[in-house]
Amino acid sequence: MTTEKSGADILVEALCDLGVEVVFGYPGGAVLPIYDALFRSQRIKHILVRHEQAATHAAEGYARSTGRPGVVLVTSGPGATNAVTGITDALLDSIPMVVITGQVPTNLIGSDAFQEADTVGITRHCTKHNYLVKDPARLGPVIHEAFHIATSGRPGPVVVDIPKNVQVATAAYGAPGPIQHKTYRPALEADPALIEQVVDMLAAAERPVFYTGGGVINAGPRASELLVELAHLTGAPVTSTLMGLGAYPATGPQWLGMLGMHGTYEANMAMNQADLVVNVGARFDDRVTGRLDAFSPNSRKVHIDIDRSSINKTVRIDLAIVADAGHALADMVRLWREREHPRPDLTDWWQRLEEWRAKKSLSFPESRTEIMPQRAVRALWEATHERAPIITTEVGQHQMWAAQHFGFEAPNKWLTSGGLGTMGYGLPAAIGAQLGNPEALVIDIAGEASIQMNIQELATASQYRLPVKVFILNNEYMGMVRQWQELTYESRYSESYSDSLPDFVKLAEAYGWKGIRIEHPDQLEQGIADMLAYDGPVMVDCMVAKLANCFPMIPSGAAHTDMILQANEVSGTMDDEAKALV
Amino acid sequence: MQIREEKAERHTLAVIVDNEPGILARIAGLFTARGYNIESLTVSEITLDKAVSRITIVTTASPATLEQIVAQLERLVPVHQVTDLTARGAHVERELALVKVAGSGDHRIEALRLAEVYRARVVDATIASFVFEVTGTIEKIDKFVELMGEVGLVEVARTGIVAIARGAEAA
Repeated sequence: MTTEKSGADILVEALCDLGVEVVFGYPGGAVLPIYDALFRSQRIKHILVRHEQAATHAAEGYARSTGRPGVVLVTSGPGATNAVTGITDALLDSIPMVVITGQVPTNLIGSDAFQEADTVGITRHCTKHNYLVKDPARLGPVIHEAFHIATSGRPGPVVVDIPKNVQVATAAYGAPGPIQHKTYRPALEADPALIEQVVDMLAAAERPVFYTGGGVINAGPRASELLVELAHLTGAPVTSTLMGLGAYPATGPQWLGMLGMHGTYEANMAMNQADLVVNVGARFDDRVTGRLDAFSPNSRKVHIDIDRSSINKTVRIDLAIVADAGHALADMVRLWREREHPRPDLTDWWQRLEEWRAKKSLSFPESRTEIMPQRAVRALWEATHERAPIITTEVGQHQMWAAQHFGFEAPNKWLTSGGLGTMGYGLPAAIGAQLGNPEALVIDIAGEASIQMNIQELATASQYRLPVKVFILNNEYMGMVRQWQELTYESRYSESYSDSLPDFVKLAEAYGWKGIRIEHPDQLEQGIADMLAYDGPVMVDCMVAKLANCFPMIPSGAAHTDMILQANEVSGTMDDEAKALV
Repeated sequence: MQIREEKAERHTLAVIVDNEPGILARIAGLFTARGYNIESLTVSEITLDKAVSRITIVTTASPATLEQIVAQLERLVPVHQVTDLTARGAHVERELALVKVAGSGDHRIEALRLAEVYRARVVDATIASFVFEVTGTIEKIDKFVELMGEVGLVEVARTGIVAIARGAEAA
């Protein structure tokens, strides 16, 4: 007969059985039994963050950089509500995450008890699934099921809400075998007939393009290798969404750069002029498509996605393949080789692609007196790329400059908040990534506004001696807001100036970090070298050109062909239709 | 600036779900969160062990949105199966209504006569009132309720639609 354990002990044992090594969390009244079980077990490393939102982003950074699920532990009420932003972020970017929340005892649920919130109600639509566990005997199976759901199919966040009396009550626990869920059975394998069709289409296409996304990253590193192989076999150019950067190497010959709102001219023109678009693990997001009725008007479209609801959601698809990106890519490579297809002659297509490339759409005006932010990102790449750093970002102009100018050669090296666009993501994500990759160089490319949204996490890095680097492109503006105000509202800078900024160097030092300020182009290389030479956390306050804007840009609701390449093409006003778009 | 709306058609969906707490909120919330319409929603357990429920949803949407509704519903973890009965073909739809009518004299006689025509049963009667039970399609019940409006309608309770595919096969 198995001896009974408390719910809290069952939880900790289940987490150990599932291979969890790190939990990001913050204690509170409704999770004290779990914290005591963690203390007694000593088998799981708990990282004490300074705000629950940061726990969720740290778990995302850990997950995205290691491929393993991120685990969060927070208390009831404000603990759970503070975690909601990060949970939603993980839902939109398909990040595997399990969030354990404490809850008031079952007999008090619904009584407006102290620190009570309806956590399952609040998180129902920002999770892939959620549970309220009212019986300690159900706790073990639910935890295992939660990890299964978070990590399989299209990954996402799962919340498990555990009332305090369930943490104390006892039940038997045994690790279940492989989970055969009653209703949830994501299909991984593609229909072979559809693979035949897409290979036929690729072999026949005159102007094909691969448009890849975060699904390739989520499918594991092998999927990225297969993408490179398939691109080589077919000769087709490759572009990627923000979330998919690194799947195809930036130095690869067929790389067009990122597509979409701040993508390259060649990537967006290729999408516009293609006769075949093969979407692998992306979702035709509005940042990518621009105006839908002008999106890639003359192409046939293939969509490979593990989530059927992504198909035909915004763009009508000619061939839909519901499958894991890795499996589908492997099948396509195998079939192409079996048939001994020669590499198609795409000379004419590549000639046009080269003409678009020759526009050098990522070029920017250089300056001897001011540090151009794009130059700073490139200098950072020059100094670090041989160490294959992990780059995280906050959200805004700096994020787009990092995506444009920092080349990624491998998957799992680029961690950014894509779908939700969460300012404050980068520092906690860097902390999570550093914990999952202790030997790696981890840099948060930040803006001076975003970094303040989770600035308290400087203390977390200090506590666990994590040598993360924060590189702030400080232009004293919420730059992307200011840029849109220039484009749309005749430069009326309503509340977009970063007033009363702290002295970031002194702030870093106050938290036990090293602080470095870079103010002049002549100091850039040395400042970066000093940052890299320091064996601990460093915050760099890099003062950049204040009014630099992020180009190229497809204004919201415009077609790919209406790209603004440089600042002098900016109009200053927009009609109401355009103003209403996000 | 105009806010555009798409052409919509009415479809009846049968959603088979695991009968777990919160499942109805999950489905109703999906419709509100994604801006889909619900015209009618009925739910009841359909197995002896009470483990499975059938939810019948009548929704009005464009064909593209309907495809999304089905895909989004299927994505919910506790959902076994979603069938678009309208798209699938012939099916039977029924709704039950309880209709209270009060009056005297000719109105009372006319109400009874109309009830007979609509095969409504009298399930409660007083000197001054009747309660009729009527089943049928939405259109039939709409019409019956409209007619009762002429002869002393007091209140109506309707169940919403239940529906099932015709023929030997399960949907």
